[in-house]
Amino acid sequence: MRTTETPLLSVSDLKVHFPRARAGWFKPPEVVKAVDGVSFDIARGTTLAIVGESGSGKTTTALAVMRLAPITSGHVTLGDTDLGALEGEALRQARKRVQIIFQDPFSSLNPRQRAGDAVRAPLDLMKVGTPAQRTERVAELFTQVGLRPEQQQLFPHQFSGGQRQRINIARALATNPDLVVCDEPVSALDVAIRAQILNLLARLQRELGLTYLFISHDMAVVEHLCDEIAVMYLGQLVERAPRRVFFSNPLHPYSVALMSAVPTVKGGRERAAQRIKLVGDPPSPIAPPPGCRFVGRCPMAEPACAAELPPLREVTPGHWVRCRRIEVVGGVAKPLLFLRQAA
Amino acid sequence: MAAQDKLLQVENLQVEFRTRRGTALVLNGVDFEVRRGETLCVVGESGCGKSMTALALLRLIPQPPGRIRGGRILFNGEDLVQASEARMREVRGNRISMIFQEPMTSLNPVFTVGDQIGESLRLHAGLDRHQARERSIEMLRQVGIPAPERRVDEYPHQMSGGMRQRVMIAMALACRPDILIADEPTTALDVTVQAQIFDLLRELQRDKGTAIVMITHDMGAVAEMADRVMVMYAGRVIEQGTAEQVLSHPGHPYTQGLIDCLPELGSSRHAERTELTEIAGVVPSIWELGSGCAFRERCPHAMARCAHEVPPMIATGAGHGVACWLHAQPIRRAA
Repeated sequence: MRTTETPLLSVSDLKVHFPRARAGWFKPPEVVKAVDGVSFDIARGTTLAIVGESGSGKTTTALAVMRLAPITSGHVTLGDTDLGALEGEALRQARKRVQIIFQDPFSSLNPRQRAGDAVRAPLDLMKVGTPAQRTERVAELFTQVGLRPEQQQLFPHQFSGGQRQRINIARALATNPDLVVCDEPVSALDVAIRAQILNLLARLQRELGLTYLFISHDMAVVEHLCDEIAVMYLGQLVERAPRRVFFSNPLHPYSVALMSAVPTVKGGRERAAQRIKLVGDPPSPIAPPPGCRFVGRCPMAEPACAAELPPLREVTPGHWVRCRRIEVVGGVAKPLLFLRQAA
Repeated sequence: MAAQDKLLQVENLQVEFRTRRGTALVLNGVDFEVRRGETLCVVGESGCGKSMTALALLRLIPQPPGRIRGGRILFNGEDLVQASEARMREVRGNRISMIFQEPMTSLNPVFTVGDQIGESLRLHAGLDRHQARERSIEMLRQVGIPAPERRVDEYPHQMSGGMRQRVMIAMALACRPDILIADEPTTALDVTVQAQIFDLLRELQRDKGTAIVMITHDMGAVAEMADRVMVMYAGRVIEQGTAEQVLSHPGHPYTQGLIDCLPELGSSRHAERTELTEIAGVVPSIWELGSGCAFRERCPHAMARCAHEVPPMIATGAGHGVACWLHAQPIRRAA
């Protein structure tokens, strides 16, 4: 892993398990293993993207980092602070440093709270500065995210989806956080508005030196924005690599299939015809299969894959993959499945 | 193109909504046609009138406040705007059917999926309960649901999002309609599931010759599915043509913008990270249209003329039309 500098956020062996009701009196209680041993680091000022299908645990991972989902085991360290161990007032104070932008700009703002008050709320709650300074700061935030300061008086329904997401971004930035968790911030927006918000997030990162944990299912968005990517499947990371390394040579069969599923304007029907088809749905996170979790849908699976869970191993420097069949020949890792790049 | 190939012909369709604020024209002279067995993609941002067009075809516009003010919807030569409500019931779900965006909310939670697929078969094809169940199982098998004999008796909540969307498709195709309208059928689904649904639609279209009208805002999906494309903006059709024409040689600045603002796979191969092209601003509210071209406020090429005159559909190639003044001059000179 990265040894040159201490990462801003370090997550090691994170597990989030949710207990379910017993299926019968004498049956053991079932456990949903939403996140099952996830580790990653994010260097200051960079973006790590976690991608995966619904139910893969990517949002739960983000919520656990925010301490909004209960951590079953593992460590979440922000700078020198062990976020996982904080309680009460100390945890409340630490929340200044980690903020979140939610997916749905329609349900994440209180319809009865004025836009300015929504952005001001974190400052009031955290008692940041004097009231006059807070007023000034809110106006500054509005300008920063591309809204007009006089729009503070309006209610959420008077804004479009894209503008509402700008309010969400302003609110997340209010306390000058180190880490901003973006949970699918553009997937509820129209394509034309998506570009505006993605450009805004990129500009804010450049200007303010923000660190993003970016949750998404859209490979093209992730490739555009991230510095490093982690692919999740059924509660575990199956691949992790820097942006260029990953997108030039995705290794895990699931990553390749995920990339081939993205429809592109240039690829069109040709690309659709060459698609790697995944069959079925992911298995249940209550009783995951003992071996590789992808084995049931993997076009390259062998009987041995079902026997034992393969470890996440570093096949080339910085490129980690959880697949026992990946081999390294002459310093280059060889994928099992290939993606024909669009011209 | 021979006349009998035109399954559906929409001419000057106008839909208005009457509210306390006044009357808003949400569809303002929409013209298009659907040919037998083809896929027409309708593209545009929310609020452009895509879904309203789909609802108007089935006469499902909530009335009041909505109303079809004028125009014709010729389906096999019969004008659906004039058709009786009883006749529309024969058409809906039988000759023209629809799948909706949200598979979670458009299935009835208290009936089994078998009941819901069988309903249209019993109503339109006159099958009895037993036959309808058999056909439902057959439909579930066709849309690729494993163990359909068991699944037919399950309720929607027992299925995943992708499976529910398959059930919706099975339901819509049960009566072998001539036209399937799909309103953003994959927006709520994962890309891997989206790919499965697209494959399924293509396969069913090949086998049954169903024409598909797909509403989407994803240009990637258009490139993959469409034979022809129609781009809408503020209640009007602003560009129309084959998928190749519209995607490779977009004529309208809005179409160009929709294509350019997408992040493309492969961006990491470039040395520098570039900014995405933005379409500035938002779709104007239906109350703020005023005169002239509705896109002019967001358009990088807006001219004086755009503020006063609404551009007509100008032919720029065989079957390719663009409603933009940019294309007016050269053609006029040629004529």
